[in-house]
Amino acid sequence: MIELVNLFITAVFVENLALTFFLGMCTFLAVSKQISTAIGLGIAVVVVQALTVPINNLIYQFLIRDGALAWMGLSEMNLSFLGLISYISVIAAIVQVLEMFLDRHVPALYNSLGIFLPLITVNCAILGGSLFMVERDYTFSESLTYGLGSGVGWAVAIAAMAGVREKLKYSDIPAGLQGLGIAFISAGLMALGFMAFSGIQL
Amino acid sequence: MSYQHRKILFDPIIDNNPIILQVLGICSALAVTSKLSTTITMCIALTVVTALSNAAISVIRNHIPSSVRIIVQMTIISSLVIVTDQFLKAYAFAISKELSVFVGLIITNCIVMGRAEAYAMKHPPLPSLLDGLGNGLGYSALLLAVGTVRELLGSGSLFGYPILLLERDGGWYVPNGLLLLPPSAFFLIGMIIWVVRSWKPAQVEEPEYRIYHAHRPEVAS
Repeated sequence: MIELVNLFITAVFVENLALTFFLGMCTFLAVSKQISTAIGLGIAVVVVQALTVPINNLIYQFLIRDGALAWMGLSEMNLSFLGLISYISVIAAIVQVLEMFLDRHVPALYNSLGIFLPLITVNCAILGGSLFMVERDYTFSESLTYGLGSGVGWAVAIAAMAGVREKLKYSDIPAGLQGLGIAFISAGLMALGFMAFSGIQL
Repeated sequence: MSYQHRKILFDPIIDNNPIILQVLGICSALAVTSKLSTTITMCIALTVVTALSNAAISVIRNHIPSSVRIIVQMTIISSLVIVTDQFLKAYAFAISKELSVFVGLIITNCIVMGRAEAYAMKHPPLPSLLDGLGNGLGYSALLLAVGTVRELLGSGSLFGYPILLLERDGGWYVPNGLLLLPPSAFFLIGMIIWVVRSWKPAQVEEPEYRIYHAHRPEVAS
């Protein structure tokens, strides 16, 4: 149990997907102008990440990895080259299903997430989470924790960034740095701040 | 090569750079630039994938129903990335280990998707190929600039060959460790944006909020 808690804390702070691996940076910089939209997107990422990483873990364990098809009597089969295309299809499918489910049953949340749900398919943080899960060979329970933790970490990072940028627009910035330039530099400062978490272990 | 084709190919390098103007493909720009050897591998991989996916999508653009176009584009792009990934694993295993998940992440690199959606869906194959190539080169130009600064000042070498003699090996240069850490890429790209926008003021963004000084008579009135 303590390992899982440790993994969760590591995924949220130490190995924050946005600020230490720079995944999902395009959305991170494009959608962080307002706190409310940033939090909406953050919640959507948490949900999708917590679903896709464990499901991709099952696919990896039972279908794709070297010798995974032994239960079908095909122990020589190694389908790991099909990994990338399977993970991205699972992600696209889950986002689509989630969108239809929310539209039918939770219209309020659906309206507030709006266009962010389809955008999540091409968010590198989601695919990155699944790829890290494969690279580190997580078990099912570890992948569940990692998916949840990395999603929460990304959400925390984008909410904090939006908070910084809401104040930033009142400051007097040199013309060439206006907008994107200053966003990059403040994201860099935040990433330096997040480096203070490195080495924390329970 | 006609004038238009040259324009399609070279426009994305400075005037419409995918990273600093279109805000596409930033993730990998930050993570793989601490060494030039990984940077250049990533640049070649991305340029090839963008050019080929643009061309392939443009060939079949009139046959894709618009409701499933994202999935179709994804499938084409991920097949190309799988080929690239396997190629790197076969011929450059050490570098492919260092790039770890970032080769796979070319699939979700916004440049590839963004150009497919914005350009290849509406234009014939040859201009699409050139557009993909041009955007890949624009991405490469920025990445190589960042990678050169980071490796030269961070570890005193280029492609692993020592250029500035380090102090611990009896030379004079004290390496700046910050440049090896990931956040430095943010500062470098921020600076590059500043330089490019001072050179080409047309790219400067309008501030959302202006500070007016009350003592200026034209505002107070």
